[in-house]
Amino acid sequence: MAKPKVATTSLAGCFGCHMSILDIDDRILKLIELVDFDKSPVNDIKKFTGRCLVGLIEGGCCNEENVRVLQDFRAHCDILISVGDCAIMGGIPAMRNTIPLKECLDEAYLNGPTVYNPTKTIPNDEEIPLLLNRVYPAHEVVTIDYFLPGCPPPADTIWEALTALLSGKPLTLPYQLIKYD
Amino acid sequence: MRRRGTIGRRFFVPTRIDDAAGSSYNRESFHDPARRPHAAARERVTERVPRAAASFAASAYGMRHCMNKKLQAVIQGICARCGKDRTRMMDIVRETQAALGCVSSDAMDLIARETGTHRVEVESVVSFYAFLSSAPKGKVVIRLCNDVVDKMQGMERVAKAFEDALGIAFGQTTPDGAITIEYAPCIGMSDQAPAALVNDVVVTSLSSDAAREIVAALKEHGDPSRLVRQLGDGNNGHPLVRAMVRNNIRARGPVIFADMEPGAALKGALAMTPQEVIRDVKTARLRGRGGAGFPTGMKWEFTRQAPGARRFVLCNADEGEPGTFKDRVMLTECPDLLFEGMTVAGYAIGADTGIMYLRAEYAYLAPFLEDVLAQRRAKHLLGPAILGKQGFNFDIRIQMGAGAYICGEETALISSCEGLRGDPKNRPPFPAQKGYLGFPTVVNNVETFCCAARILAKGPGWFAEMGSKGSAGTKLLSVSGDCRSPGVYEVPFGVTLADFLAMAGAEDAAAVQIGGPSGQMVGRNDFGRTICYDDLATGGSVIVFGPNRDVLGVALEFLEFFIDESCGYCTPCRVGNVLLRERLHAIIAGRGEPADLEYLQKLGETIKTASRCGLGQTSANPVLATLKNFRSEYEKRVKARGDGLQPSFDLRAAVADAEAITGRPSVHAANP
Repeated sequence: MAKPKVATTSLAGCFGCHMSILDIDDRILKLIELVDFDKSPVNDIKKFTGRCLVGLIEGGCCNEENVRVLQDFRAHCDILISVGDCAIMGGIPAMRNTIPLKECLDEAYLNGPTVYNPTKTIPNDEEIPLLLNRVYPAHEVVTIDYFLPGCPPPADTIWEALTALLSGKPLTLPYQLIKYD
Repeated sequence: MRRRGTIGRRFFVPTRIDDAAGSSYNRESFHDPARRPHAAARERVTERVPRAAASFAASAYGMRHCMNKKLQAVIQGICARCGKDRTRMMDIVRETQAALGCVSSDAMDLIARETGTHRVEVESVVSFYAFLSSAPKGKVVIRLCNDVVDKMQGMERVAKAFEDALGIAFGQTTPDGAITIEYAPCIGMSDQAPAALVNDVVVTSLSSDAAREIVAALKEHGDPSRLVRQLGDGNNGHPLVRAMVRNNIRARGPVIFADMEPGAALKGALAMTPQEVIRDVKTARLRGRGGAGFPTGMKWEFTRQAPGARRFVLCNADEGEPGTFKDRVMLTECPDLLFEGMTVAGYAIGADTGIMYLRAEYAYLAPFLEDVLAQRRAKHLLGPAILGKQGFNFDIRIQMGAGAYICGEETALISSCEGLRGDPKNRPPFPAQKGYLGFPTVVNNVETFCCAARILAKGPGWFAEMGSKGSAGTKLLSVSGDCRSPGVYEVPFGVTLADFLAMAGAEDAAAVQIGGPSGQMVGRNDFGRTICYDDLATGGSVIVFGPNRDVLGVALEFLEFFIDESCGYCTPCRVGNVLLRERLHAIIAGRGEPADLEYLQKLGETIKTASRCGLGQTSANPVLATLKNFRSEYEKRVKARGDGLQPSFDLRAAVADAEAITGRPSVHAANP
């Protein structure tokens, strides 16, 4: 029987959660005995090659491309997991949510105290995906099955969750893995 | 959520002082941008003071100095009358609001200084209560009740008429500063809805015509008391009340609405020891009438036994649960019974002071109630050595509220009496151990005190024989909504809902909200159940909904109410209810999925379990009860989609801003 497939993506995140995925150290060798990686920045596969068991989502949606990728994940994955605080509640990028988009762009490209922009240009190439009016957590865009909190979630949390899912055992995380102070 | 806290426009303040002092400065100048209030004030000053001082006063510094002097005089007077006691902050800020039209930023500074407290203490009180404001409001404030029953009876048409006649929207003040219109949650007039408060004056059974007449009359003479043309029944026509409110007492029982000679209960009580009084209340099996149903005798005993230098009796007359108005009728018709009950409680627990916390919406009853207290003092039913009993001194004062539903929660009520924001306190310690100012305190509902007085007058056996097994005595129910005879009914506990609905002329009811928004909504399947503590418990609110009403819409209304009234202290209540509303709104709008029902259930249970006080713990009930009792209403509005996408997410709307800014269309929104 073919190994189940896992896909991962980083949307409006900092790749910190992917760093935490890699932080499982040598267990990554054990992981690739258990699963194959499909679309993921880890192996740089850009497009889904087939149906996946699990999709790991880092980051929320801040632009239309994030939405497209997330919807693609929902279409291809049986189980979607929001990994980390940005996916779960928008995180740091969502700090712009109370400020109108125009003001955010003006501050970033024109008015900010450290901005040097003599041509007063706000980038607007057609290749740049349009920003959303605010940053949406992943579950406001598609149905999310599980949530792994943390900034980032510790490698052990991700490991325990993935192996529990693959073996079909209930997940019991020790307190140390779900406290954040 | 109660946040508020706008920054006061300080130059408006002195003009209010002028008004309060009866100055005749021309109000017309108010509109003229060149002669804003400070200009008018300057003109006034120059009229009355010698030339040298006038030039000083005309300078910006001098102007403020003079204003502050006047403001200072007013504030000092108010604070002195309240003994410069910061625990009387509610009275201080209420009086300031009444005298000056607002509690301005400068006024807050002065109050803080006078009472030896921090400015933030004052501001936190002013910003908390709906009837207080830091920015000036109109001379007349019209507060239209936007409770669900009022909406059912045509409140929206009335609101539209007010807006059209005044040319302003709700939340605004007319440009001449004469009239403000705003919404208020239930003002306790659901049986004569739509109703509004015009300053302290209640106007009931409003229509759009009535709204236009009110505006015309106010524009003509500006005197709210002249809006009352026809007086209500009973004591509503009393010279000190003069309200158009109707009692609508539909069924009189032997406990509350029976005659009693003032002093009868006290004579019975004073012939016994305090312990024997408590024993009688226990034997009568009296339980709290506010809704929670805690055994009253036990509460009194705990308070008596708790160590403390003083003890207090607090009466909760902050009847705010939408659809409840029975306390208003008791306060109007049997205040003696109530005060007697409080005095009996004072004797039983060893207290010398009682405080009745009266909701601001019932301020029109305050002069009448003060008069009843004065008469009782004259008859030696209050004051030192009551009825000649040496050593038993007890008096009652009325503490006015300022418009906050949460103050009906006993610990929030205590906070408010102490001159603080109406924030609930942690329990334990319960008020019986540490209550008002940290002393052992009994807090009971108006109806509970009335029952206690009757028990002492007629005997515990007489009382215990009435009602059902776990619920002795009678209960006052206030009925409103889709029924022929809305009003107050005194019925024995144990009556079935169906029998009761027949009494009220609501045979075709499809849903009934028992106990207000924090209670539960039941459907026809439950009409055989009985009204008592062990089955359908209620503090008195019964709202009837006919077959054409949308129960999900009602649940949404109630959620809005809790969101507005949450004190904002704890996250489950402050945030959780907003999330509930969002999801419920999506379901009503046809964007719901079956999984949403589980989400509502789980979130509702979390709010119930994790909230700090009674408001939060019951705030999810509108959703949880309708999920349980009207599940089919939910199920027929949600549909499974199967694509895993959230129907509430609208990409087109989410990129609209960016499309406008960049001037290029979204690639993905066009090709989903």
